[in-house]
Amino acid sequence: MTARETEFTSTTGGGPGGPADAGERNLAPATRSPHAPASPLPAIGRARPHESARAQVAGAATYVDDIPEVKGTLHAAPILSTVAHGLLRGIDTRAAEALPGVRGIVLARDIPGDPLLATFVHDEPIFAIDKVQHIGQVVGLVVADSVMQARRAARQVKLQIDPLSPVLDVRQAHAAQSYVLPPVVVRRGEPEAALAAAKHRLSGQLEVGGQEHFYLEGQVAYALPLEQDQWWIHSSTQHPGEVQHWVAHALGLENNAVTVECRRMGGGFGGKETQAGHMAVWAALAARKLRRPVKLRLDRDDDFLVTGKRHPFAYDWEAGFDDDGRLTALKLTMLANCGFSADLSGPVADRAIFHTDNAYYLSDVEIASYRCRTNTQSHTAFRGFGGPQGVILIEAILGDVARHLGRDALDVRKANLYGVGERDVTHYRMKVEDNILEPLISQLEKSSGYRARREQIAAWNASSPVIKRGIAITPIKFGISFTATFFNQAGALVHVFTDGSVQVNHGGTEMGQGLHTKVMQVVADELGVPFERVRCTPTETGKVPNASATAASSGTDLNGRAAQFAARNVRDNLAAFVAGLDGCGAGAVSFRSGQVISPKSVRSFDEVVKAAYANRIQLWSDGFYRTPKIHYDKVTLTGRPFYYFSYGAACSEVAIDTLTGESRLLKVDILHDVGTSLNPAIDIGQIEGGFIQGVGWLTTEQLVWNDKGLLATHAPSTYKIPATGDVPEHFEIALWHEGNREDNVGGSKAVGEPPFMLAISAWEALRDAVAQARGDRRAPLVAPATAENVLKALMST
Amino acid sequence: MHPKTIRFIRRGELVALGNVPPDRTLLEVLREDLGATGTKEGCGEGDCGACTVVLGEEVDGKLRYRAVNSCIQLAHSVDGRALWTVEDLAADDGTLHPAQEAMVQCHGSQCGFCTPGFVMSLFGMYQNHVCQGRPISRELAQEELSGNLCRCTGYRPILDAARKMAELPKVAVDEASTLRLLSQTRHPREGGDPVLPLTADERRKPWIPAFAGMTEGVYLSPETLQELLAARAAYPQAQLVAGCTDVGLWVNKQHQRFPQILDVTRARELRRIEDYENHIAIGAAVTLTDAFAALVAQRPQLKVFANRFAGLPVRNAGTLGGNVANGSPIGDSMPLLIALGAQVVLMKQDGHRHLPLEAFYTGYRRNVLGPDELLAWILVPKPRPDEFLRAYKVSKRFDDDISAVCLVVRLELEGGRVRDIGIGAGGVAATPVRATQTEAFLAGRAWNADTAQQAADVLRAEFQPISDMRASADYRRTVLGNLMQRFWLETQGAAAINLEQFTLRELTA
Repeated sequence: MTARETEFTSTTGGGPGGPADAGERNLAPATRSPHAPASPLPAIGRARPHESARAQVAGAATYVDDIPEVKGTLHAAPILSTVAHGLLRGIDTRAAEALPGVRGIVLARDIPGDPLLATFVHDEPIFAIDKVQHIGQVVGLVVADSVMQARRAARQVKLQIDPLSPVLDVRQAHAAQSYVLPPVVVRRGEPEAALAAAKHRLSGQLEVGGQEHFYLEGQVAYALPLEQDQWWIHSSTQHPGEVQHWVAHALGLENNAVTVECRRMGGGFGGKETQAGHMAVWAALAARKLRRPVKLRLDRDDDFLVTGKRHPFAYDWEAGFDDDGRLTALKLTMLANCGFSADLSGPVADRAIFHTDNAYYLSDVEIASYRCRTNTQSHTAFRGFGGPQGVILIEAILGDVARHLGRDALDVRKANLYGVGERDVTHYRMKVEDNILEPLISQLEKSSGYRARREQIAAWNASSPVIKRGIAITPIKFGISFTATFFNQAGALVHVFTDGSVQVNHGGTEMGQGLHTKVMQVVADELGVPFERVRCTPTETGKVPNASATAASSGTDLNGRAAQFAARNVRDNLAAFVAGLDGCGAGAVSFRSGQVISPKSVRSFDEVVKAAYANRIQLWSDGFYRTPKIHYDKVTLTGRPFYYFSYGAACSEVAIDTLTGESRLLKVDILHDVGTSLNPAIDIGQIEGGFIQGVGWLTTEQLVWNDKGLLATHAPSTYKIPATGDVPEHFEIALWHEGNREDNVGGSKAVGEPPFMLAISAWEALRDAVAQARGDRRAPLVAPATAENVLKALMST
Repeated sequence: MHPKTIRFIRRGELVALGNVPPDRTLLEVLREDLGATGTKEGCGEGDCGACTVVLGEEVDGKLRYRAVNSCIQLAHSVDGRALWTVEDLAADDGTLHPAQEAMVQCHGSQCGFCTPGFVMSLFGMYQNHVCQGRPISRELAQEELSGNLCRCTGYRPILDAARKMAELPKVAVDEASTLRLLSQTRHPREGGDPVLPLTADERRKPWIPAFAGMTEGVYLSPETLQELLAARAAYPQAQLVAGCTDVGLWVNKQHQRFPQILDVTRARELRRIEDYENHIAIGAAVTLTDAFAALVAQRPQLKVFANRFAGLPVRNAGTLGGNVANGSPIGDSMPLLIALGAQVVLMKQDGHRHLPLEAFYTGYRRNVLGPDELLAWILVPKPRPDEFLRAYKVSKRFDDDISAVCLVVRLELEGGRVRDIGIGAGGVAATPVRATQTEAFLAGRAWNADTAQQAADVLRAEFQPISDMRASADYRRTVLGNLMQRFWLETQGAAAINLEQFTLRELTA
């Protein structure tokens, strides 16, 4: 049966000329999909390649710097502060302006709107105004015909700066009460009394380094002036809506004058959540002043110097515990090195507090969190968003407790796990309702052969003079949702075209994590069409407005659901239409394998779409989703900030060289909870990639600021992210078998950030090896565990 | 400006580019001039591999393929080569090359920005291994991809893709037609760079560099040693390049301009490795890949050390001569060459001289080269039967990193006593150095644990290293001595005491 044969009656709708007539005039003959033959299977749950994979491997996937340049495009390069802290007395641009190709200089005085960025705290100047606050702070731009002309000229700008003494150390900042935001204290029970009553007590300090995102695509924005003071911004950003807002604010315009587009990023990891906004604002200001399109692409070295990183943390802690190593009291001071401005430091430090429990019940606890101001880059979001800095501390404490008691660290960890029905309320008063920690860890303990390997390793170490091995299992329980409750909303558009092909657009951004692929899978299944019929279009503020950042691992949960709802609206329209045709209830109409099936008929999706169009049925819809159940009090940090938790555990084995401190990751087994996987290939990719990125944070990736405050590790030559040789041959990932117990899209769970923290197992394994080498049950190892830091831990008294 | 026309083969066609400044990089030409934006810039310094392309050149009538970093290659260096970028692999109907298809099937791309570079490194491996009927093991893939960084995947799927390529339907390069086209890229006169045809009179004269008298826009790449030395004399101020893997950074990062470039890598004599009775002579234009292959052939224990020198694209472009002449205190080939007792041969038009390598350096990145002189050969003594040699590198990352400390020790014993000792060190002084005090201490002594312990102390005291972002001075000193301890243990047959090659498989085997 084809659409042509359908009887169109007044009950199924139709225009004055009759529906069939409308169809004749407006519709091309039924077309066949030009795409590859589609699978009849549902799209969800399949290990489908990334939607851009074929373009990426052919060099045909377009990133911002690849967009063909509009005629007249100029290029900008930043003028950077060369002093960590000082009063900016003058800017001499004459030498720069005299260079060939230079078209102009843009400084704070050229900003038509607010000279401060439109951040929440409103404490960060767009360009340094009268003082400089870190080496690499952007003072202005040089704009020239070519990138290299601009970069060369930017170095010729002379800054007159009266130096002030900089604060470069987080403990120094804390001592001077130099904070970007007020301290926050979260407390439950009576930790002092519990400490006093504890059978055992242990205290310590820990330093954990920051991390450069090292997205392979550096920060870039391309600002195009449009007619009537409107602006089109191509931005490599995780948060187009915020870029739009910031650009409008800086230009002194309403948001409706600015459109921001992002097809994809070459990696984000949190580094393009707020930091991309700076590029866009700078490029737009230059474009406005010079009345030309302007592109700003940071050189990698400048990217290191300008943009924020993962927050380095320092800790002072004291814990009380019983003979089993079960914690009875914890007092903790966390110092977050925020850099020179607040940026996202507030919520990052909050999340560190929220994740200080990791998987463990803390009965009597006090956490004092200080958000320290230093004269360095303004540290920002990075995968885990403070979570890693909370989790590593409690894992370090439990490792130390186990060593102190001479017990297996896994036994101590298990003794501290949240219970089911008891010991199940977090220190921020959220009941843990979906706890799968014990069975998950026990399964990994068996599958990894942890117990036997532990014994083998101890025996091997006894006879190995130089190399010592270590092993550890650590879990993760990661809270899913933005802690800022209002961010947990999303919108999407689904367009069905008259040939039956589908476009989806949503507020989330694609940075490699496979968000678009998953959303396309969800939409395909909702409409019962093959995956190949669905395309995802670039994220754009003119399509879905006010979208939240693609962050907090929530991209699929939020946007996938919004897109599902949008597709459902279209499907409902089509179902009602078919129900009218067939005289059945709309609920009896189903959509699968590219067909629309009612009790009376089977039609192709394309045919139904054509007929529906002819009958003036709306073939596109928006969808909107807000996460249910969540709330929390920002002042006391109590409530239910998270919709659910994602869980996982990893077993890592390492070896260290006691002569040099070098280390190797030898073997990794991971069991991770993604609920019902929407796409196992993508989820495993997130788990593996997150884990290795975490290993980098804790081993080879060291940020070194010199005594002047200059970031000396400024490029991949000096800052070492993991390479191919750092991945162990045995690197096994298994997925937990159970769906999300909360109602989430496809039964899935968020996966972006949680696996990052599984890498703490590798760091704990290194500490195990250090302790075994020392033979005194102590492991005074900091993070990152570079060769030098491992040797220091071995040699320290 | 009249730099010579660059001619190369791409997509089966001859490409000719005029008026390209001598210091313009290949990546700039690709992205900005040719609109070929598939190749990405990740770091601009040859450390991330996102810009990797593959060059083909004729060697003995066959095509030889090298993956290189286009961001630090000067555009003129591809003159006379065949060039493949990521856009050039798929068939006209869109069918992906096995290097690409395997990446898709193995889920090897996430954000996709490093992907073009990985694909090109894989293409190089495909040509050099799969097409030669040799399998790709995980180890080989790991070695050859160590110059490509990925921040998303954790590499496992990419290492899988490297092995998967061979299982897919084979795709061959049309080598015959590429070679034929390559022959058309020859410039009118072998070895010269003239824009204008030479007169009969000029042909009779000894070689005179083209553009004589020009002060900018000069890119000279003479094809014979004689012509090279003449060019050096005529253009003493021209920047020498021998692979450009460091000069490329001066262009990109320090924004230096080089109106005149003298590229030594085309001089055919200097592209040879010559075998003599007691030594091999490595021409200054021999790539690090080939030079290390020659060194490893004689001393197999150097294989891992060789693979840890930068990443493959840098080893494929950089030369041993360039590494030595550049004289970075953290260059890894010099401690090795010093320990081996290598000599350098410096040449100019009217003569040459031999120097022990360590005598070549006079200070931080300074050397004894005269303005008309070139480093031409590196002479490396062959191993003697009782030589015990170890090369140690300590860095934050095993692969593609720069040494915090590099120590190479060559020991020869006679009757339990030290008959000959060579110790080269890097990262501990302003230049690569010979540990002369430690050598003097060890000479003639009985080789035992006490001696080794004392030698470690002498070695620690011999240098005053600096603290920097790679390591503190204390660490460098401590480790220097500890590496002597490791060497002692290895002379005593201790195995599995170096993590460089330590895997669990070996442990349980």
